[in-house]
Amino acid sequence: MTAPAVQIDTLPRIPVDHDGPVFREPWEAQAFAMAIKLHEGGLYTWTEWAEALSREIAAAQAEGDPDLGDTYYQHWLKALEGLVLAKTDLTLDQLLKRKNAWDRAAQRAPHGEPILLPEDEEE
Amino acid sequence: MSGHDHDHHHHDHGHDHDHEHPRLSDLQLRVKALESLLVEKGLVDPAALDVFVDTYETKVGPRNGAQVVAKAWTDPEFKKRLMEDPSTTIKSFGFEGRQGEHMVVVENTDSVHNLVVCTLCSCYPWPVLGLPPVWYKSAPYRSRAVNDPRGVLADFGTTLPDDVEIRVWDSTAEMRYLVLPQRPDGTEGLSEAELADLVTRNSMIGVETVAYPPRQEAAE
Repeated sequence: MTAPAVQIDTLPRIPVDHDGPVFREPWEAQAFAMAIKLHEGGLYTWTEWAEALSREIAAAQAEGDPDLGDTYYQHWLKALEGLVLAKTDLTLDQLLKRKNAWDRAAQRAPHGEPILLPEDEEE
Repeated sequence: MSGHDHDHHHHDHGHDHDHEHPRLSDLQLRVKALESLLVEKGLVDPAALDVFVDTYETKVGPRNGAQVVAKAWTDPEFKKRLMEDPSTTIKSFGFEGRQGEHMVVVENTDSVHNLVVCTLCSCYPWPVLGLPPVWYKSAPYRSRAVNDPRGVLADFGTTLPDDVEIRVWDSTAEMRYLVLPQRPDGTEGLSEAELADLVTRNSMIGVETVAYPPRQEAAE
């Protein structure tokens, strides 16, 4: 069995069907997988994760998010970014720079070529 | 759509790729930024992430598409609506994509076989097929589907008669293609649900045909 030993059902209102979590877009599944793998790698406990996620959801609701399930992984990603920044030496600046580098790479990629990050744009 | 003999049909519109492929969304960019940095730090293993995402790819999504295909096989009126207005018809199943995302259904016949790719990234008909498989996102598939579609089909164990025209459809952020495979012979007595069980994800991407009885691998 390779299934992760995490208690999905401890998370608030995660979209699931009878087989497990469901995703609307690929990035949601990638964010989901990263959170599980970082937990498995010991970066945070599952309780810490559930608390971080709950905080993001509560904050979004406080700001008027109707929270119908379609924004769930936006909160998930925000919680993940927050924990990574708190628990690794990655900085917000690095994240933003890298995001901009991907943005430029995506716009530049010719049709038929994969989107690749050039060496000189790292960091 | 012109019926000329080229091996693939790209969109006819120009080369304004910003228009064809809008930039990645803010959320996609944040995920890519986080993932690439975590991989570099050695905090996550990209192969492990792929395996994990893969385990979800066959869930839910492809079953949606299979229901649509099985209904099109058994209900001519539905099929007509599906071909004419795919987005609305698929929506009537409750499978809804994002705004501005248009579905196109391309039908396989005795003379035409359709194959779907996204040469730029991994645009994929989410609402009906779920998560794209890892090979769909791979550079070799993305380039070979256009340059050597018969070779790609052969890799999937699919050989077609030489006189069957192969059309390759290049997905974009706005245009998503679903292949309507041919209903296999000998399935006249099957119910819609039994037919849906025969329809594989790969047959709706166009790298396989639907077999009856089902192939070993397809039966999982």
